[in-house]
Amino acid sequence: MSFTLLAVQILNGLQLGVVLFLVAAGLTLVFGVMDFVNLAHGVQYMLGAYLTAIAVSKTGSFALGLVGGLAGSLALGFAFELVLFRHLVRRDHLEQVLATFAVILIVTDLARMIFGPAPIAFPLPAMLSGSIALMPGLAYPVWRLVIIAAGLATAFLLWFLITRTRTGMLLRAGSTHPDMVSALGVDIDRVFLFVFAFGAMLAGFAGAMAGPILSVEPSMGDNVLILAFVVIVIGGIGAVRGALVASLIVGLVDTLGRAFSTDLLRLVLDRSSAAQAGPAIASMAIYLVMAAVLIVRPTGLFSGERVTARSK
Amino acid sequence: MVRTTVTAVTTAAALLATTAIAAADPVKIGFLTTLSGPSAALGVHMRDGFQLAVKELGGRLGGQPTEVIVVDDELKPDVAVTKVKALVDRDRVDVVAGVVFSNVMMAIAKPVFEAEVILVSGNAGPSPLAGKDCSPYFVAASYQNDQNHETMGAYAQSKGYGKVVLMTPNYQAGKDSMAGFKRAYKGEVIDEIFTPLGQLDFSAELAKIAAAKPDAVFTFMPGGMGVNLVKQWSQAGLAGKIPFLSAFTVDETTLPAEQDAALGLLSGANWAPNLDTPANKAFVAAYEKEYGAVPSLYAAQGYDAAKLIDGALKKTGGKAADREALRKAMLTAPFSSVRGTFTFQPNGFPKQDFYVVEAVKRADGKYQTQIVSKVFEAAGDTYAGACPLK
Repeated sequence: MSFTLLAVQILNGLQLGVVLFLVAAGLTLVFGVMDFVNLAHGVQYMLGAYLTAIAVSKTGSFALGLVGGLAGSLALGFAFELVLFRHLVRRDHLEQVLATFAVILIVTDLARMIFGPAPIAFPLPAMLSGSIALMPGLAYPVWRLVIIAAGLATAFLLWFLITRTRTGMLLRAGSTHPDMVSALGVDIDRVFLFVFAFGAMLAGFAGAMAGPILSVEPSMGDNVLILAFVVIVIGGIGAVRGALVASLIVGLVDTLGRAFSTDLLRLVLDRSSAAQAGPAIASMAIYLVMAAVLIVRPTGLFSGERVTARSK
Repeated sequence: MVRTTVTAVTTAAALLATTAIAAADPVKIGFLTTLSGPSAALGVHMRDGFQLAVKELGGRLGGQPTEVIVVDDELKPDVAVTKVKALVDRDRVDVVAGVVFSNVMMAIAKPVFEAEVILVSGNAGPSPLAGKDCSPYFVAASYQNDQNHETMGAYAQSKGYGKVVLMTPNYQAGKDSMAGFKRAYKGEVIDEIFTPLGQLDFSAELAKIAAAKPDAVFTFMPGGMGVNLVKQWSQAGLAGKIPFLSAFTVDETTLPAEQDAALGLLSGANWAPNLDTPANKAFVAAYEKEYGAVPSLYAAQGYDAAKLIDGALKKTGGKAADREALRKAMLTAPFSSVRGTFTFQPNGFPKQDFYVVEAVKRADGKYQTQIVSKVFEAAGDTYAGACPLK
């Protein structure tokens, strides 16, 4: 194992972490501000990828396609909130989970009927399809650097929005004392509507960023959703900063686990047992981290940022 | 006089019509396939291939009016068992056909055999059914699961690749895939990488492979995992540097998404759209016209399954009730397969040719696999010897 390989794997881990952050940011925002468990977030991610892929192929321009995909995701977010989720916000978490799970099933099958069951193409923009050589024989795609930049920009934007603007102040107040904010003359339902639509757009953005490297298919949201929940549980529900730190931890642990667990186990076990145990441990690693965090800090790493007790 | 004649003719016609109905014992086929979930594309291809053949035959298999009941197994063995029991008990089908996945096949095999209904596989060919648990009610219009992996192992061997890396998902089919490859490959396997099912990002594995510098990589990543891997393989600049050998990873169900990233990647297969047989040319043209997509091997096997049932029924005079006679007729391979030479072994699995195929872009902009070379000729499976059926 060379130093270069280790460095490359760390970079890969950070990159996976940033993709996870893009997905988890919208989820944790909606969870934090609206106290709403939205399992349908993965579906919004999938729809964002599809809308962008279709818009890119129709317009022939990646920039236009991205704008179209984001606008579409935002519009879908408004529609979802107005039609269904509005009625769920003040109910308990179990009902939210059941209802949004139903949304997953329905929308995934609708997508399969409309777009077909087979994965569709999502070409990279030509100018971003290049790569740089990181180590002999291995190129690092420029697109992955774009993903890292986009993720960090999103993190900064959210931090600025939440802590430095008047809207952010309203969000923070609305998340802990919705009744009081409402009594002060703010239409809290309207705030929730915009937060939810913005969260849907973030999910769609994550789908658009992941589309060129992952398979765009109706069930693409399912795998990502589980990881996104692991991230927000580790990071602390509702904490955007926690989501960033936790997604980097999850990305690194998962990637380094997959990269080195078998080789490390070979030092203590024979070859075939290591080949058996290595992948098993690697796929458990992030859940072990989650369990460890929950033992030490049951509300997640950054839960102190938010008052969890909320007047109902 | 005239009236009597008319009456007589009418009566005769009516009688004839009655006998025609009696003779036209309608054939019922239960077609079990995967139409929902992440792998639905495979099941859709197989169903479309089957229905295309039924349509070409004028809706009649073996000259009999035929009813095809298509059922979605949802890729859940328990759901499949419930639905297949309804097919054999309630609908009283003569044949159950289809089945993409081996776990579904293993679950439904017993109830179908116990109901004494013939099971014609359009894809899944698990090893137990080829070997010691073979059944007088089973016929595979497809292949035995190990064969495509063995094809790539033999190809790697013939190319003289000294060291290879194997990568598959960490589940039974992945382990079987590696075992199949290694049965035919005698060189050194420098690493066996198992990835979690449904893995998204392969960059860690790709860095590992690039650092190991193998002569070739063999992988089995069905469905969306394959699309992820192929895209990332190409973006990491490994395409063209390290030979990419695969099975069920690059085919016509995933190529529309993989596109240029898959060009030049190699797979083991028992069929390709450009296989040069008259039956295949007609099939590919008809399929593309009907569905606007390039058929995959699942579609070809579905098509062959229908033609196989049709040919067998013609031999038995349209009778499906005598199962032994029906299966016997099937094992004579009484049809012209799109795969050319095609015979059966006593265990119900075919002997056929296996090829290395390469993903290419056609002049019309669509993508398909094309034959590079033939690896096995009229190859049977390794389990046939363990089957007691003669």
